[in-house]
Amino acid sequence: MAGNAWRSTVSHVMGAIKTRSPLPRTFSRGIQTVTLIPGDGIGPEISTAVMKIFEAAKAPIQWEERNVTAIKGPGGRWMIPPEAKESMNKNKIGLKGPLKTPIAAGHPSMNLLLRKTFDLYANVRPCVSIEGYKTPYTDVDLVTIRENTEGEYSGIEHLIVDGVVQSIKLITEEASRRIAKYAFEYARNNQRTSVTAVHKANIMRMSDGLFLRKCREVAENYKDVKFTEMYLDTVCLNMVQDPSHFDILVMPNLYGDILSDLCAGLIGGLGVTPSGNIGANGVAIFESVHGTAPDIAGKDLANPTALLLSAVMMLRHMGLHGHAKKIETACFDTIRDEKVLTKDLGGNAKCSEFTADICRRVQDMD
Amino acid sequence: MMATLTKALKPILGMQFGNTAKVFGAAVNSQRGKPTYPPPAKYGGRHTVTLIPGDGIGPELLNHVRELFRFSCVPVDFEVVHVNSASTSEDDINNAIMAIRRNGVALKGNVETNHTMPPNHKSRNNLLRTSLDLYANMMHCQSLPGVQTRHKNIDIIIIRENTEGEYSSLEHESVSGVVESLKIITRNNSLRIADYAFRLARDKGRRRVTAVHKANIMKLGDGLFLQCCKEVASGYPDIEFDSMIVDNTTMQLVSKPHQFDVMVMPNLYGNVVSNVCAGLVGGPGLVPGANYGRDYAVFETATRNTGKSIANRNIANPTAMLLASCLMLDHLKLHDYANMIRGAILTTMNETRLHTVDIGGQGTTSEVVQSIMRIIQSGGPLTTEI
Repeated sequence: MAGNAWRSTVSHVMGAIKTRSPLPRTFSRGIQTVTLIPGDGIGPEISTAVMKIFEAAKAPIQWEERNVTAIKGPGGRWMIPPEAKESMNKNKIGLKGPLKTPIAAGHPSMNLLLRKTFDLYANVRPCVSIEGYKTPYTDVDLVTIRENTEGEYSGIEHLIVDGVVQSIKLITEEASRRIAKYAFEYARNNQRTSVTAVHKANIMRMSDGLFLRKCREVAENYKDVKFTEMYLDTVCLNMVQDPSHFDILVMPNLYGDILSDLCAGLIGGLGVTPSGNIGANGVAIFESVHGTAPDIAGKDLANPTALLLSAVMMLRHMGLHGHAKKIETACFDTIRDEKVLTKDLGGNAKCSEFTADICRRVQDMD
Repeated sequence: MMATLTKALKPILGMQFGNTAKVFGAAVNSQRGKPTYPPPAKYGGRHTVTLIPGDGIGPELLNHVRELFRFSCVPVDFEVVHVNSASTSEDDINNAIMAIRRNGVALKGNVETNHTMPPNHKSRNNLLRTSLDLYANMMHCQSLPGVQTRHKNIDIIIIRENTEGEYSSLEHESVSGVVESLKIITRNNSLRIADYAFRLARDKGRRRVTAVHKANIMKLGDGLFLQCCKEVASGYPDIEFDSMIVDNTTMQLVSKPHQFDVMVMPNLYGNVVSNVCAGLVGGPGLVPGANYGRDYAVFETATRNTGKSIANRNIANPTAMLLASCLMLDHLKLHDYANMIRGAILTTMNETRLHTVDIGGQGTTSEVVQSIMRIIQSGGPLTTEI
């Protein structure tokens, strides 16, 4: 019962529902605290840039900075620091910069640790072509929703005999149903028209077959959203020729990994792609998916666009559509103008100049 | 006298001995990755090739191939074997496999797999590939002049392991609601495919081989594949070797495809990457594919589409299937015929008027084939009536 109430609140705040007012009950009472994880490398500078822009836009957000470098907890298991965990569980919303995974530190990847701690089961990446940043593909507007906990990345591998290795791909009913439900909820809340399940059931009959069956079952409850199924190879083929045919794509872990990066490549790379991870219990962490770029760290050369667009996605998730639109428009206008662009976008301005330009535009809009 | 007699009889005796040597040689000579021999041309210098029409656009395109071959007097006879995708018994596909073992070479259309059938009904195409041990799938993606694409001048060779990896079809439901699917990577097959890739790169004068993997996540599986590639690479110091993670690869392919030369990868990534590359050069109707094993070779379109929605409407693009038949002629060492047909196809490609629907034109399949035949006729060699 409580779960249903929470779920409806969560879907309520996930996007604009036409018949109701845009400001949802939970967050309209003032400032919302968000856990900020600056990250490593260029992380701190782009986080500062985002904070500055939010201040200029007068967004009702208060930032709580936390560090997530892994520590060894009792029992010898690696975990994230308890202050960070507490903060996330209290605030429910987080914004994360790039984290580095040291090679021989002994602990698993930081992203993996976060994923396991908060059960972040859905990775959402909306890919929209950016006017002003020219790529050969100009009409991309799709969302990839990827199951993030199981599938090919379960990490279960065995050496059977010398020279023969088996990796296990795990597909469960529960996880498939959960991700399908999220995909359809997202479609409904964001006024998208269709959901396509991507699979390879002709070869992996049982595993992808189970995934498909669950998607079909969930589709029965969402008759207002069109549901189609497509083979992975057909999706790749058509995506590269005409990406405008696709709307929302939902798929297991590995296909999601490949396709979401493919779509990021269509719009210009990881430096301009936002990403969000949705977890159970209403937790949501939005992040930039590019690397830490240690070679330009601290030199004021970084491009904050990815983190900024992820932060905009976060605002939409919280229901603050007005502020989201303002900041997003300012960002796209700056890029379209092509006067103050960072090096990776083709210009030679500094990160602070780029940020200042966006701040100015945001303030001019009021 | 004995010497001259033996010499005179050598061609006849040689052929028979050659055959037995081949039979024993194939069994004893289990060298890794030896190139397949073309089957000897028996019965008056004409080759026999197995033809599997398949479903969808397969039958009509293969009819065009036969028409074209008959017209150009190519010394190839086709043994047609039908595979019914709707039947549950495996007799049809076993029949086809037997026919290919007999002839050594095949040209096929895609046999549809109904994925709502239970798991014991395996994909027919997959069965064919694994039974004949066609371990290497080779696809040469080249931008064709005359076809409009977003990226120009692409020239990538993709070599994909064809028998194991994620396509092992080993799945089980351990607990209700939990399904496990096994991905198998073996040292032998990885070494074999890497060797094939490097030898091909050397034969074609290519300079770099890139291994595509996901070893940061699948440390044992793809880690083994990568290690085997590195081992083989050390034996080819003249060819550069590097590796790239599969998601980065797809991102690079859509933004900067010209950095790739030859790529080698396990089965599933091969599926994704080959479809992305086919899309980059203009679509599934333009790229031929070849499956090579130690003793057999099967040729088909690279992206293996059934094309149900465009079947029997005379709008399918015959280019991929015709180029696949040229690859087959090259394999049979009938290079003159192959080059003649290939040249005619490329000349026809330059005519925008004759482009089929999938590449943005309005031409029909038969118009394209007629044009190719006209070009061959005007080229000079002996042809039948048009």
